[in-house]
Amino acid sequence: MKYAPLNLGRWILWSATALLFLAAPQVFKGGFALTMLTQMGTLILFALSYNMLLGQGGMLSFGHAVYSGLGAYVTVHVLNLMGKGAFYVPVPLLPLVGGLAGLFFGVLFGYVTTKRAGTTFALISLGVGEMVFACVLMFPGFFGGEAGISTNRVVGKPFLGVSFGPAIQVYYLVAVWCFLGMAAMFALTQTPLGRMANAVRDNPERAEFVGYNTQHVRFLQLVLSSFFAGVSGALSCLNFEIVSAENVSAIRSGGVLLATFIGGVPFFFGPILGAIVFVFFIVALSGFTKAWLLYLGLFFVLMVVYAPGGMASLILMQFPVMRAGRWRELLVPYALAALAALVALAGLIGLVEMVYRLSEQGASTVLTLLGISFDARSAPPWLAFAAVLGAGLAALRSAARRVGERWGAIQLELQAKAQ
Amino acid sequence: MIQRMIGAAAFAAAAAVVSVAAQAQTVKVAYIDPLSGPFANVGEQGLAEFRFAVERINKSGRLGKVKLEVIGFDNKVSPQEALNQLKRVIDQDIRYITQGNSSAVAGALLEAVNRHNERNPGKEILYLNYAAVDPAYTNDKCSFWHFRFDANADMKMESLTTWMTGQKNIKKVYLLNQDYSFGHAVKKAAREMVNRKRPDIQIVGDDLHPLGKVTDFAPYVAKIKASGADSVITGNWGNDMSLLVKAGRDAGLDVTWLTYYAGGLGTPTAMGDAAAGKVKIIAEYHSNVENNKAAKWDADYRKQAPKGNPDFYFLRGKIMWDMFATAIVQAKSVETKAVALALEGMRHEGELGEVEMRKSDHQLIQPLYMLTLVKSAARGGPKHAKIDMEGSGLAPITEARLEAYTSAQPTSCQMKRP
Amino acid sequence: MEFFLVQSLNGISYGLLLFMLSSGLTLVFSLMGVLNFAHASFYMLGAYLAFQVSTRVGFWPALVLAPVLVGAIGMLVERWGLRQVHRHGHVAELLFTFGLAYLIEEAVHLIWGRSAVDYRVPAELDGPLFQIIGSQYPIYRGFMMLVSVAMLVSIWLALTRTRIGLVIQAALSHPQTVEALGHNVPRVFMLVFGGGAALAGLAGVIGGNAFVTEPGMAAAVGPIIFVIVVVGGMGSLAGAFIASLLIGCMQTFAVSLDWSLAGISIAQVAPVLPYLLMVLLLIFRPKGLMGTREG
Repeated sequence: MKYAPLNLGRWILWSATALLFLAAPQVFKGGFALTMLTQMGTLILFALSYNMLLGQGGMLSFGHAVYSGLGAYVTVHVLNLMGKGAFYVPVPLLPLVGGLAGLFFGVLFGYVTTKRAGTTFALISLGVGEMVFACVLMFPGFFGGEAGISTNRVVGKPFLGVSFGPAIQVYYLVAVWCFLGMAAMFALTQTPLGRMANAVRDNPERAEFVGYNTQHVRFLQLVLSSFFAGVSGALSCLNFEIVSAENVSAIRSGGVLLATFIGGVPFFFGPILGAIVFVFFIVALSGFTKAWLLYLGLFFVLMVVYAPGGMASLILMQFPVMRAGRWRELLVPYALAALAALVALAGLIGLVEMVYRLSEQGASTVLTLLGISFDARSAPPWLAFAAVLGAGLAALRSAARRVGERWGAIQLELQAKAQ
Repeated sequence: MIQRMIGAAAFAAAAAVVSVAAQAQTVKVAYIDPLSGPFANVGEQGLAEFRFAVERINKSGRLGKVKLEVIGFDNKVSPQEALNQLKRVIDQDIRYITQGNSSAVAGALLEAVNRHNERNPGKEILYLNYAAVDPAYTNDKCSFWHFRFDANADMKMESLTTWMTGQKNIKKVYLLNQDYSFGHAVKKAAREMVNRKRPDIQIVGDDLHPLGKVTDFAPYVAKIKASGADSVITGNWGNDMSLLVKAGRDAGLDVTWLTYYAGGLGTPTAMGDAAAGKVKIIAEYHSNVENNKAAKWDADYRKQAPKGNPDFYFLRGKIMWDMFATAIVQAKSVETKAVALALEGMRHEGELGEVEMRKSDHQLIQPLYMLTLVKSAARGGPKHAKIDMEGSGLAPITEARLEAYTSAQPTSCQMKRP
Repeated sequence: MEFFLVQSLNGISYGLLLFMLSSGLTLVFSLMGVLNFAHASFYMLGAYLAFQVSTRVGFWPALVLAPVLVGAIGMLVERWGLRQVHRHGHVAELLFTFGLAYLIEEAVHLIWGRSAVDYRVPAELDGPLFQIIGSQYPIYRGFMMLVSVAMLVSIWLALTRTRIGLVIQAALSHPQTVEALGHNVPRVFMLVFGGGAALAGLAGVIGGNAFVTEPGMAAAVGPIIFVIVVVGGMGSLAGAFIASLLIGCMQTFAVSLDWSLAGISIAQVAPVLPYLLMVLLLIFRPKGLMGTREG
């Protein structure tokens, strides 16, 4: 008889996540917010599948959008065939179709791409991605050319009374699949395959000595990852009711890489965070400012340099300190650093927005931020914002140093106590 | 952008106050075109011209207490992003959209608008298309809620080939196009129409190249040279156009380039003098056209034009806004269905001739011009080549005028009217 | 016959331009193990800076100044960016250059706008070099080939005949020993990265006016140079040279031949052929043509 202690923390965490999925549309109302939430759900699934390769398997891929995109294309064709009455698949099961398509292409391309590891694998994935993207434009019969293929998700008999016409129903479909996918991928990390993938990532030579063919392990990991990528592609197809070349583009692949990395590659929940932040940048921020791509790029580069473990690592770093009850000592240094960062950010935003406004032909050079208007042509705003940025950076430097000192002191004491 | 939003919010608030007092109304039109990324300048051009047109209409008081407003939404040349923006447009209860770049985005928007209108009767959206030329949108994909103000790809080819019937020195033609739906449409139409009107012309070559991926056109140019062609028909735009013409000049290729979009933003600059005398374009307007009733409008636009968009291109844009305003007046309403019913079948006295919005497929039929790019008068070119394009030193002159009926095409549209 | 000759020259000159582009990448990768995603961005910067300089002082000063400027930028990037990331591993370095590519493109948009700029071939290089039967061969293409070959020769000479070149070669395989011998290896790394950037910048100076100088040019050539590095074999300069010529000629001739398979002509698929070649090569000869260093 096996006895395993009840992992209460895990139950609470997963239930909380499920509740969050359920409650989110009640908190964020409106068509636009709903579409953002739906996109977040899709990207979470996509980013998690990507992290199966990068974080768990150590395989950096620049062409992951191929699997989600091809899964989306197959799904859209199935949906259109359903519309013509050829056969019937309940709409909630369509993501499975996408997943199987992704799986198929994972087997097809994975065989070639997983022959090598490391940087070579990354470049091969880039090449395969470019090839598929070029093929999409060359075979308009299947891929619909530049305009892509449109579809109507309201097709056939409503499934248990749900037609999936309204956006809220699509959101819940995405939420359910996202949750199931998350659970499945988490379960995979606990299986021998998942563990061996970690081993292959860390020390391939040793893994071989233990008796596993590293190429096999990588291949299987890629195939499973492409299944989930296909599911996310199908969900995206249902949400937008259109699939076009950009679903397989290098931009999409780059985007999921950015999202996963920002969230945190070494941790399971990192891509979830990253996906949420990324969708926010792309969809919401782009409505407020034209410089959103610059902000995203800067954010990404700063993450790479100062926090390569992503936002998840920053959060998780706090836990040992919290558990030892010493987190309160960091509160003030953190607050000061946050304040300094906000000041620096304000200066940066001012400068960037002015630069963008000046580069924008034809728009007036008068900007209004926080109710104050100023002309980007004149010198005072530049000096003011530069001063703010400079002051903020200087303050941030000293505040960061203080945080570092306090942190270091706490770590030393904790280590001493551990001995 | 922030300023624009605050401005829009302030405007809406002001409009609300005024409307309570005097039942004035603002009709918002969403402009969903690229405003960032590599094609931002194309999107900005349309927005600048449309803002000018809307300002003038409002000032003229034609619509009485109704004011028009155009608001920009960035589609990033991505069908899916355009659909995101459409959701924002719907959220803000805007009922009119206008768009032109690209045809792919247009297709996505058209389907989405149809679906929305089907699922939301009484809140229908009307789509005014000013530049997306895939013929399908006024043929088998036609829709009551879509109006196209630009001659579609087939219509342009029809006019171009009609012009060719009079050109006895064109004997061998080479077709070179981008390998996607638009390029395929151009190629197909060119073959069919050239064979129909000038069966004596030999089509000595027919090539498709991947869209936007070819840096070195020298191999294609060598092929054209080896074929002995004296003219090349191409739908290429953007870099594909400029690189092609430059490569042609480098290799000493002496052909006439018959194009759709060589006048497009950035292309005259990139082609440079390689194009002088050799590049011809089919378009509805150019700044040096004869009997130009839009000359003053053109000049007024240029006076207030932003630095990066100094030229006036879209006469069809002005015509679109004029006809839209007229439709509102005729329908005595700003409801989309009433305006659409007034707009279809409308005849309008355009600045270069009468135009008609065909009822059968919602395609505008307008006169077109075959124009040649030459060195501007200031640089020693012909005297009537006065205004050059984007400061490139190349100026358009009329080669031929093609009446509206020349371009008209039969349509396969089976429009379902509400 | 004329056609074949012209296409051969076209293929070779295009291949040599590709080599100019990919040589810097291979060099940096051989030495530092860093695959620089922003390499194509340095190419773009070289073209734009050359445009800016040439509008003031002319093409020939730009030919010298622009690569130097780009090299300086590369050195700054290495000193203040890459060096910090180095300790986090190769993936982090790759991602840093990936993010850098985005940032450089945005910077170019801001400074020079989103349309193409009018960077022209100088008048003295504009025109036919010689006649091949009926066709002309432009001077500028000949100039491109000349610069490319000169560059290859000078790199080879620098690496094998100069002192710093020997230090670089030694640091390639034994950086700690070289450092123990008293050489400033971090400075060597900085110089190499800057050198690689300068090479890309030079390619930009030459290629920017032959083709169009616009913000999308980095994304247009980026994938191809990675294919060349993989096909040639990671870490091999000679391999990159052969691969560039191979791919250049392959793409050129694919366009000229009128063969079709299943309704798709070879000319249509020409730009996809390099990727196909890469995939096939990786199945049958994973090391690349002359690879010395595994990824």
